[in-house]
Amino acid sequence: MIQLKDIYRDFQVGDQTVRALDNINLNISQGEYISVMGPSGSGKSTLLNIIALLDHPTSGQYLFNHQDVTKLDDNALAKIRRENIGFVFQFFHLIPRLTAAENIEIPMILAGINRQERQQRVMQAVASVGLSDRAKHLPEQLSGGQRQRVAIARATIMRPAILLADEPTGNLDSHSGIEIIELLEILNKQGMLLIIITHDHHLGKRAQRQIHIVDGKINLEK
Amino acid sequence: MTVSDTFFQAFLAIRAQILRASLIVLAMSIGIASVTILTALGESARRYIVNEFQSLGTNLVIVLPGRTETTGGQPPLFGETPRDLTLDDATALLRSRYIAAIAPINIGSAPVSALGLERETTILGSTASLRRVRHLSLAEGRFLPEIESEKSLPVCVIGQTIKNQIFIQQKALGQWLRINDRRFRVIGILASEGESIGVDFDEIVVIPVASAQALFNTESLFRILVEAKSKSAMYKAVTDIGKIIKARHEGEQDITIITQDSVIGAFDEILTALTLTVASIAGISLAVAGVLVMNVMLVSVAQRTSEIGLLKALGASERQLIELFLAEAAMLCLAGAVLGVLVGQFSISFLQILYPEFPLSIPGWALLAALLVSLTTGLIFGVLPARKAAKLDPVLALAKR
Repeated sequence: MIQLKDIYRDFQVGDQTVRALDNINLNISQGEYISVMGPSGSGKSTLLNIIALLDHPTSGQYLFNHQDVTKLDDNALAKIRRENIGFVFQFFHLIPRLTAAENIEIPMILAGINRQERQQRVMQAVASVGLSDRAKHLPEQLSGGQRQRVAIARATIMRPAILLADEPTGNLDSHSGIEIIELLEILNKQGMLLIIITHDHHLGKRAQRQIHIVDGKINLEK
Repeated sequence: MTVSDTFFQAFLAIRAQILRASLIVLAMSIGIASVTILTALGESARRYIVNEFQSLGTNLVIVLPGRTETTGGQPPLFGETPRDLTLDDATALLRSRYIAAIAPINIGSAPVSALGLERETTILGSTASLRRVRHLSLAEGRFLPEIESEKSLPVCVIGQTIKNQIFIQQKALGQWLRINDRRFRVIGILASEGESIGVDFDEIVVIPVASAQALFNTESLFRILVEAKSKSAMYKAVTDIGKIIKARHEGEQDITIITQDSVIGAFDEILTALTLTVASIAGISLAVAGVLVMNVMLVSVAQRTSEIGLLKALGASERQLIELFLAEAAMLCLAGAVLGVLVGQFSISFLQILYPEFPLSIPGWALLAALLVSLTTGLIFGVLPARKAAKLDPVLALAKR
């Protein structure tokens, strides 16, 4: 599903070039559960951004469903993201002025799905993350764990094949962290490809495939 | 993303920043209100003047003694002429086949008295045709009889004010009115007309032109009012008048001919230009409002950077982001325009109460233009911030909190 070949990503910092990704080769198939671990600044997030089509590699080839996506324009990439990729962020990234239900609705609004179907799917999604009674609450009225559940509902509302989570538990206490990971694992069992970036080795070890990145290189894979 | 969704999301974003939004709306509405009010004032002034001139008569040509000099001195001056415009000149004009009627006019001031009351007023000497040419209507009695203009007759037609002041609560018709040392019988009373280009027919006494000549001891006429047979005949009539007078005045065309059309046209042009100028000056405030819109939208983009990054990550295209921010700018500007039009309409109604004689109203095109201009301003000044939002790098935008 995802094939990365000889991926390099350089950043220009002042007059120095920093190599964030150094010759990454990776094949990921549908339905896998992958954790990406490594120290800060090792390039985990850059790798995730490139997989997510938010960032472009400096060189190398990226095949997404056998299609070379390094040459696509922003609108085509936006469409692929909309239809195939769900995001869960460390800082939730909920829009503060919108209720939980409205936040979950946004990807469907962008996709142009009609109001009735949206309402219906939002109801289901809210129920599936156990927040039916909180649907009309604003993010500031929810706890961290609840906010992340809303974010997961938003990430999965378009039924994407891929779910990317960048430190999804980084801002949560350990109890709600475990809850969130379990929720993500349920989605993975339903067939969704799950990639989690984490600092926490304990959480990382739950994945079938564990990738360690140091200095932009994959140095260990289990 | 459907249009209604775009506008609804933009509305939610506006609602989240209500103070800032209301400030933009205020700025925009001040601009729109000033443009509509000033346009309404200018436009109403134009219509008022044009109506005044139109109510003078139809296809009217005015002949004045003396000619506008275009050389020497400070133009335009009315050149001196040794030859007066006489009653014979006036009668001679009827030879033109383009002229339907003429009314020679002689004017002067004299004391009028009856029943022991006296006042000074304007005496207007003319013929029966004056009624037709100036579209006068009578409240009681009849107008001057159809007699040869050289014949004097001791009859008069009086205005409403004269009737009320001299014949207080008495029947004026059939009474004698003394003008200077002559007596005239009141045969008609003019209907109240209100003031029209400086002549107040309510304060006037009309007598036969020959009687006025005798009263003021002068042969010369103040002016001649000519009604042409039709609008197209008006310019031929002007040529004829020139020819006839020239033949009678030893080859000298020492008169000035004014057509109603040219007067109306001149005023129309001047006042239209004035209206447009004033409206454009007010338009500057719209440009200022536009810059404000841009400023606020830029702040809005800066504050919502991470939200924009999120939308991009969720699959919003550049176009969708541009549409979202433009919709926001457009809604703010439209709200400003609607408020501005309301404020304008309200102020105009208020002015109308203060000055009921002056016909005030905002022309329909001005309302439409106000809405269009504000919308265009909003979109033009909204494009830059919207593009800025659409071009943000999603990774950097998401990293910002």
